[in-house]
Amino acid sequence: MLIAATTAILITMLLALTRGILGPTLYDRILAANMLGTKTVLIIAVLGFITGRPAFLDVALVYALINFIGVIAVLKYFEYGSLHHAEKHDTPDEEQP
Amino acid sequence: MVSLAISFLLGLMLLSVFAVIAMRNLFAAIILLGIYSLLAAALFMTLDAVDVAFTEAAVGAGISTILILATLLHVGHDTKAKKIIKPAPLLLVLAVGALLVYGTLDLPEFGNAQNRVHQSEITRHYLEKSPGKNGEIGIPNVVTSILASYRGYDTLGEVTVVFCAAIGVMSLLGGLRKKKKQTTVSNDSTTDSAS
Repeated sequence: MLIAATTAILITMLLALTRGILGPTLYDRILAANMLGTKTVLIIAVLGFITGRPAFLDVALVYALINFIGVIAVLKYFEYGSLHHAEKHDTPDEEQP
Repeated sequence: MVSLAISFLLGLMLLSVFAVIAMRNLFAAIILLGIYSLLAAALFMTLDAVDVAFTEAAVGAGISTILILATLLHVGHDTKAKKIIKPAPLLLVLAVGALLVYGTLDLPEFGNAQNRVHQSEITRHYLEKSPGKNGEIGIPNVVTSILASYRGYDTLGEVTVVFCAAIGVMSLLGGLRKKKKQTTVSNDSTTDSAS
């Protein structure tokens, strides 16, 4: 059963990577990256049970946190960067006239 | 099963690398590089290198992605759509790659307990004397005790290098932003410094 789970997770990783490569918009790709991170967490957990070391589960948990924070940071940077840009364009327009 | 999973992960990494090369949109290429780092971290994890996997996930997928994104937001993300393959550099790169692969053929077999590094005296010393309550260091994880105590000065040097690099990157990115603000919004410098 664990082997079936590993196979399924690996195939899902392939699908997510395909979406990341093909994805028409940027947010598809970011979502694919997030999903690949989640699948990484799952595969660490499952492989930990296959190789008989359930302590990998703790590593997988910390990994999930890293993945979450990483995606949030990337998205925040996108928003902050664009917001920053808009702010720079807006404030002179408001102040100069 | 685990070796099959490793081969599959390596195949996915190869796929993502070729996608990065073929990608013309630089933002998409950055996200794919992040995906590559995640796959590499999963691979390291299946090879039992937990700390390397953590570093790869935090630095490769997290910090370096954000640093390249910050750079792209400054310089723009348009590329010239040229696809000229120059034969001489390609041949040179392939030759160097083949040389490196040839060099790895001499490496000892992966995971073999009879390798010299596992049989050496210093390895036995670390494994036997370092952990435990009356050990030299007392940390259960031998890798941590080697990195943090036996090789403490080396790690201190590494931390210094990383710290200097962080200061350099922050001064580069932060300095650029400050300069732009001064040129565009020169009047209200008080609100800028406050924010």
